[in-house]
Amino acid sequence: MIKTETLSKKRSGPVLFSEYKQGEGVKKALELGRENILFELKSSGLKGRGGAGFPTATKWMLTAASNSDKKFIVCNADEGEPGTFKDRVLLLEYPELVFDGMIIAGYTIGAKNGILYLRGEYEYMLKSLEDYLELLRMDNLLGENIFAGKDFTFDITIRLGSGAYVCGEETALIESLEGYRGEPRNRPPYPVNTGFLGHPTVVNNVETLASVPHILIKGGDWFRTHGTDKSTGSKLFSISGDCKKPGVYELPWGTSINELLNLVEAKNTKAVQVGGASGICLPKSQFNRVLGYEDAATGGSIMIFNESRNMLKILKNFMEFFVEESCGQCTPCRIGNIKLLEGVERIEKDDFTFSYINNLKELGRTMQAASKCGLGQSSPNSFISILDNFKDEIFGAKRKGEKNV
Amino acid sequence: MSKREYERIPVSQQAHVVSKPKDLTAIGGMVSVQINEKKITVPLGTTILEACQLNQIHIPTLCHHPDLCIAGVCRVCVVEVEKMRTLQTACSFPITSPIKINTSTQMVRKARRHIIDLLLSEHYGECYSCFRNGNCELQNLAKEFGVDNYTFGHVKTQRYEVDSSSAAVIRDMNKCVLCKRCVRTCIDLQEVGVLEAVKRGHETHVGTFLDKPLAEVICINCGQCINRCPTSALRANDPSDEIWAAIDNPKKHVVIQTAPSPRAAIGEEFGKEAGKSFTGELNTALRRIGFDRVFDTNFTADLTIMEEGTELLTRLKKAIVEKDESVKLPQFTSCSPGWVKYIEHFYPEFLDYLSSAKSPQQMFGALIKTFYAQEAKIDPADIVTVALMPCAAKKFECNRPEMCDSGFKDVDYGLTTREMAKMIREAGIYLPEMPKSHFDDPFGDASGAGLIFGATGGVMEAALRTAYELVTGREVPFENLVIEPCRGFEGVKQASVKLENCVEQYKFLEGVDLKFVVAHGTANAKIVMEMLKKGELNDVHFVEIMACPGGCLGGGGQPIPTSNVIREKRAQAIYEEEASLPIRKSHENPHVNYVYEKFLTDGPCGKLSHKLLHTHYVKRGKYIS
Repeated sequence: MIKTETLSKKRSGPVLFSEYKQGEGVKKALELGRENILFELKSSGLKGRGGAGFPTATKWMLTAASNSDKKFIVCNADEGEPGTFKDRVLLLEYPELVFDGMIIAGYTIGAKNGILYLRGEYEYMLKSLEDYLELLRMDNLLGENIFAGKDFTFDITIRLGSGAYVCGEETALIESLEGYRGEPRNRPPYPVNTGFLGHPTVVNNVETLASVPHILIKGGDWFRTHGTDKSTGSKLFSISGDCKKPGVYELPWGTSINELLNLVEAKNTKAVQVGGASGICLPKSQFNRVLGYEDAATGGSIMIFNESRNMLKILKNFMEFFVEESCGQCTPCRIGNIKLLEGVERIEKDDFTFSYINNLKELGRTMQAASKCGLGQSSPNSFISILDNFKDEIFGAKRKGEKNV
Repeated sequence: MSKREYERIPVSQQAHVVSKPKDLTAIGGMVSVQINEKKITVPLGTTILEACQLNQIHIPTLCHHPDLCIAGVCRVCVVEVEKMRTLQTACSFPITSPIKINTSTQMVRKARRHIIDLLLSEHYGECYSCFRNGNCELQNLAKEFGVDNYTFGHVKTQRYEVDSSSAAVIRDMNKCVLCKRCVRTCIDLQEVGVLEAVKRGHETHVGTFLDKPLAEVICINCGQCINRCPTSALRANDPSDEIWAAIDNPKKHVVIQTAPSPRAAIGEEFGKEAGKSFTGELNTALRRIGFDRVFDTNFTADLTIMEEGTELLTRLKKAIVEKDESVKLPQFTSCSPGWVKYIEHFYPEFLDYLSSAKSPQQMFGALIKTFYAQEAKIDPADIVTVALMPCAAKKFECNRPEMCDSGFKDVDYGLTTREMAKMIREAGIYLPEMPKSHFDDPFGDASGAGLIFGATGGVMEAALRTAYELVTGREVPFENLVIEPCRGFEGVKQASVKLENCVEQYKFLEGVDLKFVVAHGTANAKIVMEMLKKGELNDVHFVEIMACPGGCLGGGGQPIPTSNVIREKRAQAIYEEEASLPIRKSHENPHVNYVYEKFLTDGPCGKLSHKLLHTHYVKRGKYIS
C-alpha cells in the first residue's frame, strides 16, 4: 500500500481550508453534468488565482465549446512569484483538492489528459504527488473509463519545470511543456484555441482548480457569500516579511491591508508589497486599501517591510530579479528592465536628474503597454509605485524645490 | 508530366496562426474592421499588419520578414486595439472580430520611440563605420522616428567577440537586435538549426551549439541569415581588400568569373528595381576596376552539364545494361556548395548519390590555372582567380583543401554581389550607366543553358536539353526549349520525359521515362532526402538541389533585402536574358567544344577532366566534437 506523506492539517478557512473528503467534488460533478458545472462556476464568479484574474468559467466554456478531438488541462504549479508559497501548501496538504479539480476540469471541457507543471524547485514533492496519483489510479479514479457509464477517460502526468520564472506565464509554460525554450507566445490566438501541441488547453493555477470542488459541492451562490462583488470567494495569501506570524492564510477577498497586518501581528510597518515582485508597493497612507481584483490585486504574495528597511534596496532587488528572469525575447522587457535597474543604481549613487527619472517612469509605462507577456507588463509596477510612494525616503533632500517629481 | 506539391509549415508557426477560411463568401469569412477611421473588410485571420499594408497604412516593423514565420518580439509594430488593455503587435494579431484599430495614437508613437531608443542603447558602434550604412532597418527606423539623441544611453564597449571563424559568415553580436530572423531562417526556412537564442534576460544572445565558433558547428554557409538580418550583425567574409591588393600588384594577373545571378541582381545595389540583368555593363565596370580578364561562369556551367550529364548517362548504362547494383541512382547535383555541406552533415551515408562533378566556380578555377595559363602563356602562380558569386558558401568551397587540383588554389577568392557592388562604388563607377561589353576569350559568351543555372530548376533544364538531344538526336519536346516543369518556385518539383527513338549508342534507354526532381532550400532538400530514405525515389534518375530558396538568385551573397517577389523578378531577368541568346544548349557552345578538342582531349569524364573537374566529399556528420 502506498502511503502518501500528507501533512497533518491544522489549517482552517472559509473555503479551501474547510472540510473536504477526497472524491466528493468529482461525485458531485458527475451528478451535475457538464452544463451545470459551468453554470455553478459562472455563478460563483471564480477568477484565476494566479494573479491575472481571468474568469475561470469563461476559460472552461471556450475550451469546452471548441471542436477538437484532443484537449488538455494544465495545472500551473510553477509558483515562481517572489513571496508566494501557497501552492506548495495546497500540493503538500490538500493534493486531493487539486487533483479533483483537474479531474472535474477534464470532465467538463472534454480533456483526456491533465498535466501538472510542477516548479523545478518543488522536485522534493514529486514523489509524494506521484504516489498520490498512483493511489487514485488504484482506486480507479484516474485512467480508462473511470466512471461507469460516463465514457470518461482521464489521467494526470506531472512534468517538472527547470526554474525559469517566465514559465509561469501560461504560453511560456506550454512552450516549455513542448520542449522548447520557455518563451511566451503571441496572443491571440489564446491557449483555449491553440494551446499544448496546438490543441485547446486550459491552464489554471493550483488554487483555482482547488477551489472548484468546493464550489460544486456547496454551490456558486455560497461561494459568492465570501469576498466582495467583484472578487468573490476567499484567497490564500502567502504572507512574509517583518511580522510575527508569517505563513499561508485563507481570508475572504476584501480584507484590508490593515486587518491583515493586525492578523499577522506586524509592527512598525512602512510598506506592503502586494502581488510579489511584479505587484505594487503600498505606503502606510494606503493601508486602508482592500485586497481584491478591483483594488489591490495579488496572486497571493504579501511582503511586509518595517521602518528599518531601505526601499531603494528593495526596489533594486526586484529589478535585479526581472533583469535576470526576463526571457529576453521582446525588446521592452529585455532592455527596459536593465534601464530601470540602471536608474535605481544611479539614484543610489546620487547621479541622476529628475527628468531622467521621469523618462524612466515613462519607459515603465511603455513596458506595461507594449511588452509581450505579463512579465514585462508588470515588472515596472514596483519601480513606479516605490518611486511614487516613497519619494521622500528615496530622493530626500534633493527633491526640495523640484516640482516635477 | 506530373507536378507534386508539398506544403510545409514550420513547426514554430503551426500553433500560432489563425488560418484563413477557404471560402471567403461563407458567413464570417470576411470581417469588417476600422483602422484609423477607415472602415475595411478583410478575410478572417488576416493580421493587422497585412490589413494595413493592403490599405496603404504604414506600420514600422523590424522582426517581421515576408519569408519567415511571425515572431512578434521587437514590438516596434504595436498598435492600439480598442477595448484591449495593452498595445498589440500588428504583425501577429489576427483579425477575427470587428475591432477598432488605431495605428498612430500618442501611446503608440511613444511606445515605438521608446523601443527604438532601447534597441539603439544596446546597439554597439556608429552608423558611419558600418557596412550596412544606408541599408539598415534599424537606421531607417531611427530616421523615421527622428531619433537625434540616445535617450537611454549608448553601449560603449563590445560585449561579444566577433566570430570570424567561418570562411563564409561573420557574426557580430554587438550589432544584434535579437529580432531572431536568423534563428527563424536557420531553423524554419532552411531547417539546418545552427542558430538559436541562448540564455535569457539581458544575457540573451543568438548563439550556436555550446557557443562554439561558427566554423566548428554544422553551419552549411548558405548565408540566408545574412540576407534577412536587419542590421550588420551578420555579414559575409569580405575578401575585397585582398582583391584590391592583387589588382594593384602589377605582377599579378587578376581574372574574374561572374555567375549569372549576381548580374541579375547587382542593379538593386545601385538603386534599380529588381528584374534587370547588367551583364554587359558589369563586364565594362570590371575591366575599369582593373581585372585583367573577365570570364563567364556560364562557360563552366555548360562544362558541368557535359560532365554531369555524361556521368549520369554512365551511371544509367551501368545500372541498366551492366545491372551493376552498386550504382547509386538518382544522381544528385553538386553545384551548390551549401547543399554539398548540408548532405555531408545531415545525410553523409548518401554521399555516393552526389555527382562527383565540381561546381562551375571550381571547374573554372582549375581551368584558368591550367588551360588558360597555358594558352595565355602566364605562370599560374601569378594568376589570381576571383569568382563573383551570389553565394556565401562559395567562399567556403574555394577554401576546401581538396580544391587545389591545378596545383594551386583553384579559386583564390569568392566575392558576393554585395561586395562587388561595394568595389564598383569604391572605384567611382555608377554601374547602370556603363557601356556594354562582351566576355573575354578563350571562353567567350556562354550558352543560355549555363545562364539559367541561376534559378531553381535551371541545372535540370539545361541538363535535359543536352541529355535528351544526345540520347535521341532531337531537341527536347518543349516549345522554344522552355521546360516548364523545371520552372517556378514550388519547393519540390517532380516530372519526367519519355526517351523514344534513341540513337544507336543509347538504345538501352529506349522507352525509359527519365524522371527528375527539383528542390530548392535545404528544408525541401530534407523532404527529398527523407523520400530517398523511404525508397520513394527508386524510379527517379536525376535530382537537382540548391541550398537557397529560389536557387542561386536567392543566394546568401545577393543584395539585401530579399523576398519571394524580388526573387521572382530576378528569375524573370535571367529567363528573359537567356531567351535572347543565340546558343541555348550546353553541347552547342563552341568554346566548350574547343576546350575538349584542345585540352581535355579524352572527353567528358575522361582522365584529365576527372583530375581537374571532379572532386570527392567528406563525411562530416551531425555530431561535432
